[in-house]
Amino acid sequence: MIGPVLPARSDQELDRGSVLPDLRKPPITKVQLVKYAGASGDYNLIHTDDETARSVGLEGVIAHGMLSMAFLGDYLCWLAGPESIRRLSVRFVEMVRPGDTLTCRGRVKEQTTGNAGRQLVLELWAENQRAERVTVGEAEVHLA
Amino acid sequence: MDQPSALSPDLIGRESEVVLFELERGAIRKFAEAVQDQTPECLRGDVAPPTFPTTFRITIPGLTYDLARVLHGAQEYRYERPLRAGDRVRCRVRVADVYQRKGRLGEMTFLILVMEGRDESGTSVFTGTTTAILR
Repeated sequence: MIGPVLPARSDQELDRGSVLPDLRKPPITKVQLVKYAGASGDYNLIHTDDETARSVGLEGVIAHGMLSMAFLGDYLCWLAGPESIRRLSVRFVEMVRPGDTLTCRGRVKEQTTGNAGRQLVLELWAENQRAERVTVGEAEVHLA
Repeated sequence: MDQPSALSPDLIGRESEVVLFELERGAIRKFAEAVQDQTPECLRGDVAPPTFPTTFRITIPGLTYDLARVLHGAQEYRYERPLRAGDRVRCRVRVADVYQRKGRLGEMTFLILVMEGRDESGTSVFTGTTTAILR
């Protein structure tokens, strides 16, 4: 589906509680974590070096929390368009490992319409292949 | 090796220098590719993905901790507008709060860092709030 998805929807379709279409991301790989470390400047070795990860009690490397937040950012751009994003807030609640597949999902929390257009508060989360919510949050968008 | 000492509330209010970041198209594209972003504006490098300010790395003098013991608890970004290629953003980070709390893993220290980014006219463009948990 080509985004942005929400501007074309009616007020009724974006009522409080409306379920948003989901976005499934490709499985996370160790190569992606190395790429993300380079692109983001987060060189914490618990994300790229198993030995370091084990030395702090993890089974192996874990994904950067910010990678899952970036997935939600991508989701939000697809839903609303990059120009309309006013806020994105998340909590990192579960660890994500290479091999996990995350799906971004969301729901409308609040819709207000004014002179400047429609303002939406969205509940967003990324869940893994076991349907566990790993990163949960909220976003605010202004649709023109 | 020294054990990293617990962060003290004395750090509250401590600030970094103001650091200038110039948004390069190539860096935006590289970031978008790394997260497998599908937004055309981001893949072209025109508009920065919403979490791009995470690439603005600034240290605060006197604030040190063991990276391997830090958990990223939460993150928030507020935007006045998206960041675009060619933007020159001046950023500063400050320690907004430090507090201890007992959790599942025992006594933990919460560190709240706030980054503000302003354009060249001094207008706020984004604010980033990081909650780091030190175990």
